[in-house]
Amino acid sequence: MRDGKQHLFDRPENVNRLIRGLYIACGVLLVAGLFVPGHGEFPWESAPEFFAAYGLVSCIVLVLAAKHILRRIVSRDERYYD
Amino acid sequence: MISHIPPAWIPILGALVVPFLKGRGRTAYVLLLPVLGLANLVHLSGQPAGDLLGVGFLDYHLQLLHVDRLSLVFGYAFHVAMFVTLLYGARDDRASGTVAGLVYAGSSLGVVFSGDWVSLFGYWELMALSSSVLIWGRRTPRAYAAGVRYFLVHAVSGLLILFGILLLARDTGDIAVAKLELDNAGTYLIFVGVGINCAWPGLHAWLTDAYPEATITGTVFLSAFTTKTAVYLLARVFPGADPLIWIGAAMAAFPIFYAVIENDLRRVLSYSLINQVGFMVVGVGIGTELAINGAVAHAVADIIFKGLLFMAMGAVLRQTGKIDATDLGGLYKTMPWTAAFCMVGAASISAFPLFSAFATKSMIVSAAGLEGMAGVWFILMFASAGVFHHAGIKIPFFAFFSHDSGLRPKEAPRNMLWAMGIAAGLCILIGVFPGPLYGLLPYDVTYHPYTAPHILGQLQLLFFSALAFTLLMLSGVYPPEIRAVNVDVDWLYRKAGVAAWRPLARLGAAFGAWWHDAVAGPSLDTLVAFSRNPMAATRLAWTAVQLRFATGEEARILRSRLHRRRRLFPEDSARPWPIGFAVTWIVAFLFVYLVLYYFKDARPG
Repeated sequence: MRDGKQHLFDRPENVNRLIRGLYIACGVLLVAGLFVPGHGEFPWESAPEFFAAYGLVSCIVLVLAAKHILRRIVSRDERYYD
Repeated sequence: MISHIPPAWIPILGALVVPFLKGRGRTAYVLLLPVLGLANLVHLSGQPAGDLLGVGFLDYHLQLLHVDRLSLVFGYAFHVAMFVTLLYGARDDRASGTVAGLVYAGSSLGVVFSGDWVSLFGYWELMALSSSVLIWGRRTPRAYAAGVRYFLVHAVSGLLILFGILLLARDTGDIAVAKLELDNAGTYLIFVGVGINCAWPGLHAWLTDAYPEATITGTVFLSAFTTKTAVYLLARVFPGADPLIWIGAAMAAFPIFYAVIENDLRRVLSYSLINQVGFMVVGVGIGTELAINGAVAHAVADIIFKGLLFMAMGAVLRQTGKIDATDLGGLYKTMPWTAAFCMVGAASISAFPLFSAFATKSMIVSAAGLEGMAGVWFILMFASAGVFHHAGIKIPFFAFFSHDSGLRPKEAPRNMLWAMGIAAGLCILIGVFPGPLYGLLPYDVTYHPYTAPHILGQLQLLFFSALAFTLLMLSGVYPPEIRAVNVDVDWLYRKAGVAAWRPLARLGAAFGAWWHDAVAGPSLDTLVAFSRNPMAATRLAWTAVQLRFATGEEARILRSRLHRRRRLFPEDSARPWPIGFAVTWIVAFLFVYLVLYYFKDARPG
């Protein structure tokens, strides 16, 4: 470490702990989804785990589309406008 | 005697004193202005709603102070933003920046509290001018160019609104700022003019072009006022206008794709600013009480959390001199407070339960659901997941965590931390206790954000978005940040326009050269020679004409006379003339004048 100090995320086990925490939180939310009655204006809002699936899928679609489609079209050299 | 003070006057007139103050005195003085303004607003809120200060102007009656619930809630939020931003910039800002910020905030208040279109237009133009100064204040060539482009775009917006107002005044004779129907050219011109300031898709590039180039404090000012003033005006003049629903949905969706691949973190925030304003525009377009309340509440929340995010990134830029994701990372080690405040802003924009947008954005989404707008609802949900992805995760992750950039900057100065701390506190306060904000909204609120299905649904959406980010990162699929420019519609005027202009400019230059060599130059030379002695020149010309038609001996004489006169030209121009000659000329001029006078009233037809 350049300043000689060990910081929180310099230790890989702390990073792994954080990631594991995220997996556990996702698991808990899935279980909770089975018990909390869905309610909303549309029927699919009551479908079990609808929001989890929608969040996961939209973000993957978002990143893949931005990476493979938009970046191909719009990315230019850093000094393009200079 | 003026019984009530328009809120715009306090910061605008107050700004005039700023150049004469220095150091702590200036800081104390400028921080006093929003406090005074807020006290004034509280006083105004106790008055009966309506027009409180009218003056005559030409044939019209100007309403300098229109107060109702809609203008008051924007007024409160603008004062909070003004206070926090002035505190944030207190240490670094030049007097010019502080003056521009105050005038900009004041003119935004002017737009919000104007009861007639003429005063509103004046403040609208003052906003464009003062906000441009905040961009030019960075004093780099890029900032200068971006500021000029920014100013020109807003000049167009002002012109559209001006023409709209003129048509409106001609057709109806009424210049009160009130609800308009989209059924004639005048209202459409105003609609699009406001749309430019609102950063509608295709009209948005000024924002992502210029905001990241402004000064550190300037960007925080900019993020609060221009787009939100436009949202206010849409809510006042075009509530329930159907086109706004799909315009807003497009605004909410398209910027998140750009935000994912953008490297400059202040530009990422600029795209997410458009995305958030998109939600508000949808709310105004739906136009039900719940939707309008949601749009206004979300505008208030956004002014604070987007300001907070821009403040955090500004602090990073100030402390490191860098703002590109490729250059940053690991800053949590030495800037923990800034990192923590940034994450509060990130949680707020992402609408985590207990943070502000959870209580405000959800009203708009619910309103879309209640109206059965499934398509819009899906887009807004997608945009909600996307905003968490790029503003909620990407901004803090790449600045403060990610790979260690080796940078070990000092923590931001105390005034900046206080400003961020106040904004962060308000984000949490609105999230935990939305009641007081709900109480300020234009309509009565019956909405309850904290229901079990809403909390669970939102948490699922956000945590599984985070899961997607994590999995994409770990698998290496997530696009690495690269140093690049991403072209947007400003390409049309920064590249295509210039390219189209170049041949035209060449053509113009060629024409100019020909004009100079063949026409202007020779005629100018002739004119100069003529003016050296008009009489002699006229005689010379007359001799030349005579020579044309002469033959034999006569021609020989004329030729030698011409030769002699050419040699002598311009002779003695001061040769005395007989009085009779002068009188003849005077008579001739008087005659011409008489003829002109006789015909002066004659008109064709």
